[in-house]
Amino acid sequence: MTATDQLLFRGADWDFRTLQRICDACEQVARDELGLDVYPNQIEVITAEQMLDAYSSVGMPLFYKHWSFGKHFAFQEASYRKGLMGLAYEIVINSSPCISYLMEENTATMQTLVIAHAAFGHNHFFKNNYLFKQWTDADGILDYLEFAKRYVAHCEERHGRLAVEHTLDAAHALMSHGIDRYPGKKSLDLRAEEKRAGRRRAHEESAFNDLWRTVPGGKVKSDAILDVERRRQMLGLPQENLLYFLEKTAPRLRPWQRELLRIVRHIAQYFYPQSQTKVMNEGTATYVHYRIMSRLHQQGRLTDGNFLEFLQSHTNVVFQPEFDDPRYSGFNPYALGFAMMQDIERIVTNPKDEDREWFPDIAGKGDAMGVLRDVWANYRDESFISQFMSPRLMRHFRLFHLHDDPEERAGILVDAIHNERGYRRLRRELARQYDVGFIDANIEVVDVDLAGDRRLMLRHTVVKGAQLSEADTKRVLQHLADLWSYDVSLVETDGVGKVLKEYVANPRNIAVAA
Amino acid sequence: MAIHIVDRRLNPGSKSLENRQRFLRRAKALVQGAVKKSSQDRDIKDVLEGGEVSVPIDGMDEPRFRREGGTRDMVLPGNKKFVEGDILPRPNPSGGKGRGAGEGDSEDTFRFVLSRDEFVDLFLDDLELPDLAKRKLAEVESEGIRRAGYSTSGSPANISVSRTVSRALARRVALRRPRPEALAALEAELADCSDEARRAELMAEIEALRAKISRIPFIDPIDIRYRRFETVPKPVAQAVMFCLMDVSGSMTEHMKDLAKRFYMLLYVFLKRRYRHVEIVFIRHTDRAEEVDEQTFFYGPASGGTLVSSALQAMHDIVRTRFRPADWNIYAAQASDGDNSYADGEVTSRLLTDKILPITQFFAYLEVGQENGLSYEMPNSSLWTLYESLRASGAPLSMRKVNERSEIFPVFHDLFQRRSQQERNAS
Repeated sequence: MTATDQLLFRGADWDFRTLQRICDACEQVARDELGLDVYPNQIEVITAEQMLDAYSSVGMPLFYKHWSFGKHFAFQEASYRKGLMGLAYEIVINSSPCISYLMEENTATMQTLVIAHAAFGHNHFFKNNYLFKQWTDADGILDYLEFAKRYVAHCEERHGRLAVEHTLDAAHALMSHGIDRYPGKKSLDLRAEEKRAGRRRAHEESAFNDLWRTVPGGKVKSDAILDVERRRQMLGLPQENLLYFLEKTAPRLRPWQRELLRIVRHIAQYFYPQSQTKVMNEGTATYVHYRIMSRLHQQGRLTDGNFLEFLQSHTNVVFQPEFDDPRYSGFNPYALGFAMMQDIERIVTNPKDEDREWFPDIAGKGDAMGVLRDVWANYRDESFISQFMSPRLMRHFRLFHLHDDPEERAGILVDAIHNERGYRRLRRELARQYDVGFIDANIEVVDVDLAGDRRLMLRHTVVKGAQLSEADTKRVLQHLADLWSYDVSLVETDGVGKVLKEYVANPRNIAVAA
Repeated sequence: MAIHIVDRRLNPGSKSLENRQRFLRRAKALVQGAVKKSSQDRDIKDVLEGGEVSVPIDGMDEPRFRREGGTRDMVLPGNKKFVEGDILPRPNPSGGKGRGAGEGDSEDTFRFVLSRDEFVDLFLDDLELPDLAKRKLAEVESEGIRRAGYSTSGSPANISVSRTVSRALARRVALRRPRPEALAALEAELADCSDEARRAELMAEIEALRAKISRIPFIDPIDIRYRRFETVPKPVAQAVMFCLMDVSGSMTEHMKDLAKRFYMLLYVFLKRRYRHVEIVFIRHTDRAEEVDEQTFFYGPASGGTLVSSALQAMHDIVRTRFRPADWNIYAAQASDGDNSYADGEVTSRLLTDKILPITQFFAYLEVGQENGLSYEMPNSSLWTLYESLRASGAPLSMRKVNERSEIFPVFHDLFQRRSQQERNAS
């Protein structure tokens, strides 16, 4: 066989046979040389418009109808037309089979890149990372989304579009606080969820919660006021999963509204691992596509021209502007992730003394892929950075740490730079930027005034003086009050319990409770 | 393991359509405001073209708990000269904007492309034609004929050959009618065959086939299908719009422009309701004539002013070309309000006796000078006359307009959906 016969394709054009050849070639490298373990792959070729479509419903192939997705579509379409935004080359879905979307406009080289990146890189990560294993149900998600879509449509038929919209609006506002952060009982089984939904609905329509026996208006006369501890225990307080709490205990929600909250909560939970593993996930996929593409080129299956085209897009993807560059908008997860993966490979295969000192477990171990597969399986962004950011990489990125205290009039303090004294502090601070515990506001339901006016009490524990933005908070609380259907209060307290600010919201008499 | 490759491009990308419509419904007030604003600045002809509007996004944002302020720590790339302990000046006094904090909240307004239909819908939303079902409109219908599937009975002229043949074919296949080729093959074999026993066998087979063929006819009466037609009532949906304008010297270009905009709006509006909309342009000085659009708006004319001449002309045209029983008649008259004193009586009589009884809607638009104030305009002779007619119960709508930007509100005002009482009162 001559070298030209081995080429996967020539030029930029591709057809479905080419795609199949590309897939097979990528799979061979991924499986045999990199030892990747992936879900079955499904590749879908779509148009730019469909890509926009998928974008606006959080990248999912099917989703229930809601105006906000229309808004995102309109917004993205507008910026796409203005040329402000390029489209992503690919969208990949954490499901089994793992679905990757390819845009029809891509050249053959780009398709190869995308297949290597999404169908093997992301796919392996989805299947093996512990967070995804714990929190997402790849087999069930597509069926569950189908169920959610049907269920929402069914509710609209039965209860009117407006009532459903109000409920979903409220649920969306609380979506980021509808997540269990710590694995409790067991992982999700969305198929069983779906089956149970029907039965649960029937049951809840016939049963009622004794706790709320006294709900219908009037003055409550309860001699046996539950003692505080017992009450809090029964309600499962304190509870940081606001959607869960409402779903279980909001007194006047209809069963179908509870089911909607549940759906939004499940979907939020499904996306939770993605938010915690952006750097790792993109780093993995980028590292994998880089390895596969280089190997294909080595094997003579990509021409030099195609490989150069690939290198150009690859370089764009992993470009990290510096802080004073107008293009700078935070760390590029592709750049950071890829650099760290490559750095791990270097430490494993070709360590310096410094590396042996910092990474005694892996330095010089020799089996780069083995170490990387282990890393991909067992870390999330925060722990990954705090474990594997090396001094060499900190010097490479010329990292420095700023501490900005508004009380300090003089200015912003440079707290650490990339030197011996600074490495550990830099690494700790950078890892903290990826710690979900710090990223999301810490808001909990602390109590319900059962004896009095059923006010729901929330607390926001302020960290480092960052309080909630007032306008947004008022509107979210309004949604919360509408779902709860009694007053809701939120206090912001600092670390020692001093109250900094208090909000109260009264429920509106709108269709939510109707 | 085979990788599954699917071509999804053929699926229409309409997934977003429903969500888009929901968004539009939700943002209706915002979009409507934007539509009206954008239509003020362009030619009314272009109003029918749809297009981009800017929608402020802040009315449509979705709230989340967000944190702001406090002490911030950040790790940045690209240190060139800083050393530990350096104090950097804050970029600007607000200090809040930096990396991380205000991510992606730059969507203040965005351009939203509306289709032609969406645009016109929003533009004309909540307007309606007054007295739409006046007189015989609802009943006067002509009958149309349309195809209505097939039936088992009918006139021979309506036999549907293709339908009949395909049913016959299906029946023959279902009942296993022998094919002629099978018979021909057997006969050929018989002709060549010399073995007696075989011959007898073949002849029996041929006989059986022949019997079967005759039992199962090629076309059976039950196969026959007739094309069915039914008559459907077809509403007469046509309207004629009379544009009456005083073109005497006192009408400035500005006034004509105002009138033109009003007529265009009326046209767009009627076009939505009727399959056919005819426009008749009548201009008048002291005598009236029917002209084309170009002449109507741009042709020079001069002379005295006799409003009644235009009304008379309109009446004559209606009589010869537009039977009021078949046509919905609309008239909009634009004038600066001057009329010769002696003409008032004639005008009044023409209107009450001849014009108003046959029109669905008669609007009088008094156009004023640029920069004038409509409520400061002294009542003209025509205005006073119409006012008195209206007071005595004639269905006239009248408004004064000075500015281009007033045209739409006035139009909107005239055609707003309202109850019967209100309409009588206006």
